[in-house]
Amino acid sequence: MTTVRFYTPLAIVILIWQIFAMGSVAVGFMPEDMLPTPAQVAEGMLHLAQGGDLAYHVSVSVYRQMAGFLLAAVVGVSIGIGMAHFEWVKTTIEPLVRITYPLPKSALIPMLILVFGIGHNSKIFAVFLGCLLPVVLSAYNGTRGVESQLVWSARSLGTGSIRMLWKIYFSAALPEILSGLRIALAISYTLLISSELLISRAGVGYLIQTLGEAGEYPRMFAAVFIISLIGFATDRLYINLMNWLLRWREQEA
Amino acid sequence: MTQIEIDGVGKIYQEDTPEPIIAIDRIDLDVERNQFLTIVGPSGCGKSTLLHMMGGFISASSGEIRLDGAVVDKPGPERGIVFQHFALFPWKTVLGNVEYGLVEKGIRKPERREIAQHYIDMVKLTGFENAYPNRLSGGMQQRVALARMLACDPEILLMDEPFGALDAQTRQILQEELLDIWRQHTKTVVFITHDVREAVFLSEKVVVMTARPGRIKRIIETGLGAGAARLEVDRKAEEVWDILRDEVLKTVVPTGMGPTAAAS
Repeated sequence: MTTVRFYTPLAIVILIWQIFAMGSVAVGFMPEDMLPTPAQVAEGMLHLAQGGDLAYHVSVSVYRQMAGFLLAAVVGVSIGIGMAHFEWVKTTIEPLVRITYPLPKSALIPMLILVFGIGHNSKIFAVFLGCLLPVVLSAYNGTRGVESQLVWSARSLGTGSIRMLWKIYFSAALPEILSGLRIALAISYTLLISSELLISRAGVGYLIQTLGEAGEYPRMFAAVFIISLIGFATDRLYINLMNWLLRWREQEA
Repeated sequence: MTQIEIDGVGKIYQEDTPEPIIAIDRIDLDVERNQFLTIVGPSGCGKSTLLHMMGGFISASSGEIRLDGAVVDKPGPERGIVFQHFALFPWKTVLGNVEYGLVEKGIRKPERREIAQHYIDMVKLTGFENAYPNRLSGGMQQRVALARMLACDPEILLMDEPFGALDAQTRQILQEELLDIWRQHTKTVVFITHDVREAVFLSEKVVVMTARPGRIKRIIETGLGAGAARLEVDRKAEEVWDILRDEVLKTVVPTGMGPTAAAS
């Protein structure tokens, strides 16, 4: 029931799209093939899948996205907790965070390509940079909000100050860290596709770019659909993981 | 035998500002080994601050606290603490909370389980081992906190208004259970409360503090045993309340404002 309700708006949009695409071709609003119908896109998807290298491009993109995202998670959480905990880390990092926060990280992609080349590394680093700040800020805010009595309890139960970072601060800040990571996850796809669109030899962004240039619009749309499907699936998986990690927060049923 | 010596201890907050807050003025107090000592005072009198200093969580601005002759400057395993709002680790189950200190001590799993289970049974939470704290009532949460502290077998129990957030019935039951635990195990207890009746019921020695800046107003030997009958406790509590009332009034009616000023 809820699943049906969830997907109904999507079905309606696809229907409107089908009608609009057919109609605009019929009245000459758009040349044929400029705006493929959903049916044509589905067909393009089939072609892509049969072509054989779709799996390759998807795996390249997923690898870059995961590598950049996970790197940002580890580094970002460490920096965030460090900032909340050590004054010198805060005074060093905070100006950098403030200055780079409003900068659209995609503006750095050309420079990253110059430095890291057109292969995996420039894309991984672009994703990393895009994801980093939301993770840092969520870890910082989450850690700062930890009740001092939790820390005192742990200290009286024998936890030393370095162990405290992991045992108490990280655990207590986990809800905020996880919501920061979810934002980072969404950003990661933006940076991934932007950098692949700009220049690359593989990946879903590369597919979109080359198919678009070749005028293969149904297949280009199919590639767009695939990346949004991947993003959606990743987010669902993430939500499940998050709910499991935060199962202690569930209220009485 | 004196176990904890509080020697001229004061605490000033915002010491370096033009308006320092003197939380505690100057307190001298000895706590005997295996004694159950209660401290009552109006809210804001610094009684919790004093307890936190005994725990070594915050430092004194003047004077010192000695434990068996050694100056207290940090928390230690011989001092366990329970807070008013429980301060359980919400991401851990009841068992996980009770085991926490044992894990930190490096005690192996089978032994750890056994010890934790013993204390979970003692606080009557058998069957709730795998529940998370936010599914439990306040009274049950405080039982978990009690078990978590006891599992590490501290010599001294520091209790910071532990039953203050609980309803009257739960409070009464927990008071009796705490006394049972204290009688069965040899522990020193320092118990903070703003409830005079609770203070008299739990302890033969009640320390009454003044309004801020906190000082000791009177130390009362109740002459009753711990856990005395209700009538006797009520009568004695009335006496203690007479001593405390002026101090509480000071915190309720702002200084410099008589009844007339307040009415206008």
